[in-house]
Amino acid sequence: MTEKVVVRIERSHPHRWEEFHVERRPNANVISVLMQIQRNPLTADGQRTSPPSWDAACLEEVCGSCTMNVNGRVRQACSALIDHLEQPITLSPMKKFPLVRDLAVDRQKMFDALKRVRAWIPIDGTYDLGPGPRQAPEDQEINYVLSTCMTCGCCLEVCPQVGESAAFIGAAAISQTRLFNNHPTGRMNASERLRALMPEGGVADCGKAANCVQACPKNIPLTSSIAEMARQTTRQALRDWFFHDESKGSVITVA
Amino acid sequence: MRYDARAMPERYIVVGGGLAGLMTVIKLAEAGKHVDVFSIVPVKRSHSVCAQGGINGAVNTKGEGDHPDIHVKDTLKGGDFLAEQPPVRGMCHAAPQIIYLLDRMGVPFNRTSEGLLDFRRFGGTLHHRTAFAGASTGQQLLYALDEQVRRYESEGLVRKFEYWEYLSFIKDEQGACRGIAAIDLRTMQIEAFAADAVCLATGGPGIVYGRSTNSTINTGSANGRSYMDGAIYANAEFVQVHPTAIPGEDKHRLMSESARGEGGRVWVPKQKGDKRLGREIPENERWYFLEEKYPKYGNLVPRDVGSREIFSVVKDLGMGVGGEDVVYLDVTHIPAATLDRKLGGIMEIYEKFQGVDPRKNPMKIFPAVHYSMGGLWVDYEADGKNDLVPGSPRQQSTNIPGLYATGECDYAYHGANRLGANSLLSCIYAGMIGGPAMISHARNAAPKKGDVPASLLQGAKGQWAERFDKIYKMEGPENPYLIGQQMGELMVKVSTVVKKNPELDDAVVKIQEMKERWKKCSVLDTGRTLNQSATYLNQLWNMLEIAHLNLVASRLRDESRGSHYKPEFVLPKPKTSRPQDDKEFMAAWKARNDKWLKNSMGKWTSQGPSVLFQDLQSLKNPILAPEPRHYD
Repeated sequence: MTEKVVVRIERSHPHRWEEFHVERRPNANVISVLMQIQRNPLTADGQRTSPPSWDAACLEEVCGSCTMNVNGRVRQACSALIDHLEQPITLSPMKKFPLVRDLAVDRQKMFDALKRVRAWIPIDGTYDLGPGPRQAPEDQEINYVLSTCMTCGCCLEVCPQVGESAAFIGAAAISQTRLFNNHPTGRMNASERLRALMPEGGVADCGKAANCVQACPKNIPLTSSIAEMARQTTRQALRDWFFHDESKGSVITVA
Repeated sequence: MRYDARAMPERYIVVGGGLAGLMTVIKLAEAGKHVDVFSIVPVKRSHSVCAQGGINGAVNTKGEGDHPDIHVKDTLKGGDFLAEQPPVRGMCHAAPQIIYLLDRMGVPFNRTSEGLLDFRRFGGTLHHRTAFAGASTGQQLLYALDEQVRRYESEGLVRKFEYWEYLSFIKDEQGACRGIAAIDLRTMQIEAFAADAVCLATGGPGIVYGRSTNSTINTGSANGRSYMDGAIYANAEFVQVHPTAIPGEDKHRLMSESARGEGGRVWVPKQKGDKRLGREIPENERWYFLEEKYPKYGNLVPRDVGSREIFSVVKDLGMGVGGEDVVYLDVTHIPAATLDRKLGGIMEIYEKFQGVDPRKNPMKIFPAVHYSMGGLWVDYEADGKNDLVPGSPRQQSTNIPGLYATGECDYAYHGANRLGANSLLSCIYAGMIGGPAMISHARNAAPKKGDVPASLLQGAKGQWAERFDKIYKMEGPENPYLIGQQMGELMVKVSTVVKKNPELDDAVVKIQEMKERWKKCSVLDTGRTLNQSATYLNQLWNMLEIAHLNLVASRLRDESRGSHYKPEFVLPKPKTSRPQDDKEFMAAWKARNDKWLKNSMGKWTSQGPSVLFQDLQSLKNPILAPEPRHYD
């Protein structure tokens, strides 16, 4: 084990790479190393520099904030343990999102996508209306996994269909559509969500590279979600075509 | 109750997008009101995601005769009776319907084979009262509220100001809150916003302790600044240390109480410094010290009791595992499939961050700072029967008219120690009553948002622009992050599980020195895009103010109550199994209570914190008379 951690960071304003050497500590991870740099922001050749900017919050891999490319692989920096990383460690921001500064990017488009697919249960109100619908434990187990999506952006970062100009909505929002369409109440508005996935940039734009499911830190079955939503969207498109009933936004059951 | 939704052009501000903030937003938007929500992170990334184990509600589906009144008693007793009682009763009685509401919003709660909500056990109670979604219940609850708020956002009722940080509330000549000043963390632009009422839902100040179970965003800066501007900060000395966390270099990661709720056992090897792996140590060579000492509650004693016992086994007896500052939390006797289904999230955290499979090896854990029971003082209004008055503008109101507080940043629901799985509940309940209270305040208040003079807004904006201009020019030798780390180490050393007056006295001096050193800091970064050092400098000062108040209040409270423990001031143990039967003990206990069953009310002055001890309003006509707290 070396005494030092060598880390190379892609900086912005202006664009440059900076190398830092910090003391190696037990159980260190990329965030604890970035914190060490904050406390003594000197580059490897002794130059004073500003501490790098990055996003972080929970440091337990449940909030999704600190997502970045670590040694070329997109992941949460908090769970990137130094002992498991080859040195020098390179840190760079995600490339499929507008850069804010250094390692911080703007993932607003992911939240906008959740709006587009109406990723919510349209409850009647917060009044006391008794319990929700009963659900089998098996259904809960499927939905729980889908619901652990923390909008971190790993699935978009590795997707060849996602780019600054490409319109593809990405696996995260499609999988959320599946979550809500799979809920007994959410199902009542399934067709609205499916129609949101039909236009350009929707589920049909998936190129089936299947990188997303490999990159997901929460092991969400993203490719199954995409396949399931593709099926549901096709069925919905056929219904809409046969019944010309887009305006009503209600599900028409085909016998 | 109904609100008049024929919306006047009222505008409300909620600062913070965790469970409490979002529930406050939902209650306002549901009434047709326009809300601006400010958050330093996208609200979906708020600290509520870290809550693991569950949310309490006496739904009584396990044939145990549970009832909200028992929940009230457990909560009040768990907090050593240092909580105003009517809000606690309101919360516990609303709990079942809050859980049902979350269920309707689509939270994937674990289910029984009949498809009903499942409930598990948690600390400080003998009932199965905790609804849960795996072991990431907070994340799942936050997502449900985030989704509802997104719906209101798409309808145009809610505007989000994400990556904006609260700087201060704006006070008019009468001392009322009329809006806030905030900074856009990405462009460093400072703005002032007028509002009819403002709610702070800015969480706790865990980062004052450096490493804790809290998120890096939990600086408590907004709370500290509001205290400096005249809001009363109550019971600052009560900070919960959670018994079970994985010690870490950047933070201490929580190992949920649910691990013990599902049967996890805490132990150390009987042989001091035993070097064998935990799984190799035979049953008869293990000391299950919690089960031995507390046969009734066992591993599920309240958190303050659990932390003290672990601390004492390690620090006083030197019996930590392998001579280190850790004890075992063991779930290896539970089938792996059950662990994955009910505790999946935390099993994964241990495995990911420690590289060891907790299904096969006992986990190494130690207590860590977790939750602040104290916070901004808030009022309540109850009728003669101790029921909260619905829609009263006094609910969740700070002492500043128009400024409200909900969630961990308020002081209201947990007294001297919070029970596990009560925090998600208190956050949501506070939002449910805080939102309507803000509407009532706006309706009654004479001046409206439209009447806020432009000069007031310009003044606040200018004052903060000036303050940041000074920060950008700071060029001294001190590094603010280093001061922050030292503040954390100091606070952990003197103001956590065991407190001693001489150490607290020293620490007050040290904090004052740190305030002086703050003035000699370098800003480290002069950029005008996402300059995190500049905003950290501002936060750090506010954190030092909270640390200072915590130390002064800790120093003044010469008793032991809940999380606040001074060995010098501990009552002798009762000689009878029921403390009430020991007259001598009861006399000593009563004398202590008469003197100290009071809220510490922290008021900022330029000379330092002024702390007054004030009687609880509700003890004049209590729902439950205080009694000695024992779990043997």
